[in-house]
Formats: sequence, structure tokens, C-alpha cells
Amino acid sequence: MNNLATREGYGEALVELGEQNKNIVVLTADLADSTKVSDFAKKFPERFIECGVAEQNMAGIAAGLAAAGKIPFISSYAVFSPGRNWDQIRVSICYSNLPVKVIGCHAGLSVGPDGATHQALEDVAMMRVLPNMTVVVPCDAGEAKQATLEIAGIAGPCYLRLTREKTPVINCSFTLGKAEILENFGYDVALVACGPLVYQTLLAARELNDEGIKTMVINNHTIKPLDKITLLKAARDCGAIVTVEEHQMAGGMGSAISELLAMNYPTPMEFVGMPDHFGESGQPEELLAKYGMSTSKIKEAVKRAISRKVVIINGS
Amino acid sequence: MTDLSEIANKIREDIIAMLVAAGSGHSAGPLGMADVFTAIYFSQALNLNPKNPWDPNRDRVLLSNGHICPVWYATLARAGYFNHDEILTLRKIGTRLQGHPHYRELPGVENTGGPLGQGLSQAIGVTLAGQINNADYRTICLMSDAELQEGQNWEAIMFAGKNSLFRLTAIIDRNNIQIDGFTENVMPLEPLADKFKAFNWSVIEVDGHNIAEIINAINKAKAIFENPTVIIAHTIPGKGVDFMEGDYTWHGKPPNWMDAVEALRDLRTLGGKINYE
Repeated sequence: MNNLATREGYGEALVELGEQNKNIVVLTADLADSTKVSDFAKKFPERFIECGVAEQNMAGIAAGLAAAGKIPFISSYAVFSPGRNWDQIRVSICYSNLPVKVIGCHAGLSVGPDGATHQALEDVAMMRVLPNMTVVVPCDAGEAKQATLEIAGIAGPCYLRLTREKTPVINCSFTLGKAEILENFGYDVALVACGPLVYQTLLAARELNDEGIKTMVINNHTIKPLDKITLLKAARDCGAIVTVEEHQMAGGMGSAISELLAMNYPTPMEFVGMPDHFGESGQPEELLAKYGMSTSKIKEAVKRAISRKVVIINGS
Repeated sequence: MTDLSEIANKIREDIIAMLVAAGSGHSAGPLGMADVFTAIYFSQALNLNPKNPWDPNRDRVLLSNGHICPVWYATLARAGYFNHDEILTLRKIGTRLQGHPHYRELPGVENTGGPLGQGLSQAIGVTLAGQINNADYRTICLMSDAELQEGQNWEAIMFAGKNSLFRLTAIIDRNNIQIDGFTENVMPLEPLADKFKAFNWSVIEVDGHNIAEIINAINKAKAIFENPTVIIAHTIPGKGVDFMEGDYTWHGKPPNWMDAVEALRDLRTLGGKINYE
């Protein structure tokens, strides 16, 4: 299987967008190479804006550019943007409903050796509570490319979460706002994942299938707005949901789904994610294992979900 | 400039009426900036047309310290951007005159502002878009002095200086007050002009109540092609209302009815110098 980082798909898409639309502008805060915007910068130097290490100013400049008709992509690490400039994103961008695309790269625990300061595990929570904001977390480089091309056309702001590590390329088709059922072994539990952990989730589903537990796997790349139809149908069909994400359990994709279910179709849920803890230095796979986001932990969560499903049936 | 001074005084009367009707809001800053706003919207120094407020070629005026918006709203209404009757809806439910300005909620309102320190970055973005498009418009960013205590401004000042954004002009309301007291006690800004010069800005200092001088400075900035310009407008907070002038306690509160009667008497008699007709 081919391995690529989601940020690489983003970089490729930007060059295509630059050719298609002269209003695309790209900004970075001293991270052109690692956020993969340097190809755009070389090709369209007049539309590339280096802001230096100043994420707040970058967000404000992007708001001004958008107010004057541009479609700005602001690229940095997720811990800095939106980590450092949330107020600017809230006030200058979201309240004005301007089409600024906030690209949070190097998100999640998997940046590994850099340690907790650089492991963005709160960014989805911060972004999805903002009115007007769209939130997208692609699972692989191909989806990241497709997502980048699509979000350029949204009339309002968008947050796109990207990662550094090379991760498996999964064959998936991306439609903004439409959750995709990637695998459907059966209806014991619905696994809902986003980001590169979709791959670990698929592995878990296959191993569970060999053990006789039949699950479906949904790639829920668009966290806001949620694909209510697909997700509620999965809840009805399976009666139990496990969410999988490289983010704090609080406030992330799992929380978004729990809000949806609580209001529409209360369903037992298990969360795979960061358990209210900071990360640390280490290799990505070591960290995912230690903090409960590995394939084996996903399988354990599925089994817990099934046991809760039984309890509810017995109790009713 | 007598005519323009009269307009500025009418704007001050509007501000008092708006604040007393709203029952909340800021008094000192809006009164202090009435002459600057008059210079911007009632002279020919800038390309602004209330009948075509979103003309692509217009000059852009952004307000960073959004809390002084009563002066912006009153000026826009008097200039004909929207119906003057609407000014008394300030801060009321359903109004377009939000407590802090909201992007394009009203004709002429070019940006969202309020949380301090964000406007200059927005103005840079607007200026850069013009540069990319080979457009000639100028961008004016109105700011307060104390908001320069927000770090984002210095990121923006550095950026504009580095990129020699000569179509950008910042106008700072140097009234020396903020909520907790005098700026130089709370967190000193001086030497303010030298700070801007060190960041590659041109600096012009004006009496913020001399409308001719303000217009002159805006025009002078147009002739500078090397770098961005900051106009430091020295103003008296609460200008025109004797009991508010220079008193920082009027920064963040509105007049009550009794205060308003006295304030309007001051404004209509120019502090007792003329009889009110």
C-alpha cells in the first residue's frame, strides 16, 4: 500500500487551484515547506504571502484579503493556527462569514517526537463551535487533495485538519458533507472515524469480522456540518456507535456525533480518542498504543459497545 | 472649515442622543474622534461615495477600535450612507447598529471590530488585495492608542513596514486614556512616533480637532510612496462636553438623561461661547 501524508495532497491541490482561480492566495507563518505550500509559492509568487511567525496577524490579513474578494488559505501547524489565533478566526473571519480556509497541519498525537506542545488535540473542538465554520478532517492524501479543491468553493470559512506522517492511502471518494461507508460487514456496531485513524479502524473491522463481530466503517471526514442522514441510519441499523479520532475525546468528532444522537436517537457510544490528557514525545505508533488509539484499542471499544447494547435490550 | 466643524458638532450631538437612548456604550472616544471622522467622510481627501458604498474603486475605511462605533454610525448617517433616523436604534434588538460594528451590516461598514488589535491586520489584507489586483484604492485604518498594547498590532506594523504598504494609512486616536486610567500609567506607549519610525513607517502628527490639518495629513500620506503612514491624531477624549473632556471615567459609560441635557447644552452653545438658537 502506498503511503503519503495528507499535507501532500493539500500541496498538490493548491497548485491546481492556483491555476484555475486567480483569487486563490496562500499565506503562511514561517512554515512554507512543512505545510507543503512552497510549490504554490514558486508558481504564484505574487499570490503567496509570508507572514513570519505571526499567526494572529496572518488570520487578520486573510480576513482583509477575503473581504476584498480573495480566497485565502492560511497554513501553519494546528497548535498555532487555530491554536494561537482563535479570537481572530472567531471575530475577523467567522463572524464576518468570510471565505478564509484555515489549514491546521501536523495535527494529532502522531507528530510524535516533538512532544505535547506540538500535538494539536483540541483544534476540532475549537473550530466546530464557531458559527459559519465548516470542519473537514481527511483520512489520506487523496482525500485531502479532493477536500482542498472542494472547500475552495465554500462561500464561508473552513477548517481543514492535516497531518505530517505518511499514512496509508485508502481508496475513498470524497463528497463534502457526505459520510462514506467504506466497509460493511454487518450491523453489530458502526465504527465512525476520521483522519488517518480511518485506516486503523478498517484493520480493526477486518480483524473483528474474522472473530465473528460484524461492523460497518464510516469515514466521517466532514465534522461540520454532519451528515445526519447517514449517521442516524447507522445508529438505527447497528444500535451502537464507536467513534475514532486523534483528538481529545471532549469536543471532537465523537462529541459532535453524541450531540446528534442525544437529540435524535440516543444510542450507546464508545469514544476512541485522547482521554483528557496531554501527549508526550515518542513514535506515533507507540503514542497511539499508550493513549488508547491503536487497532487493538478500537476492537476493545467495539466489544464494550456491544456489551452495552445487550444491557439496554435486556433492560427494556 | 467652519462648515465641517459644524458637521462634527452635529455628529457629537448625535452621539449623545444615541448613547442616552441605548443606555450603554462608550462616550469619550466617539466624541474625541468626531473631527477625524468628519475629515474623512466630508472632505474630498478620499474616494468615498455614500450612494455607491461598495464601489470596487472606493477607498476603504476600517475601524479597529470598534467600541467608538457611535461616531462611525453617526458620521455615515449624516454623510448619507443610511437613514439618519436609524441611529437611535443603536444597541437595540434587531438593529444594524450593533454594539460593535459587524462587517457589511450597514453601508460603509467595511469590517468587524471590537476585540482590540485586529483592524490593522484586516486593513493590511484589504491593501494587499488591491496590490495583487493592481487597483489604486487606499486603505485607512482608524485605531486607538491603548489598543496598541495588543501584540497583534506589532505583528501587523512589522508586516506593513517590511512590505512598504504605501497605500495603507493608520490614524491613531491619541487621547491618552483607557479604561483603567491614563495610557502612560497603565502601559506607556511613548515614544510612539519613534516606535513607528523604527518599523519603517512615515509619521505625521496632527491636532485631532483641527479638521484642515487632518485633511492635509491624509493628502500628504497619498504622496508618500516609500512606506505606510501613521497619522497620530492628538485628541481630547470627550471633546465638546466640558464635564467629559480629559476624564478617563467617561471612556466606557454612557451619559444618563441629566448628563445628556448638560452635554447637549455644551455642544449647542460651544461651551457657553454662543447662545443656543
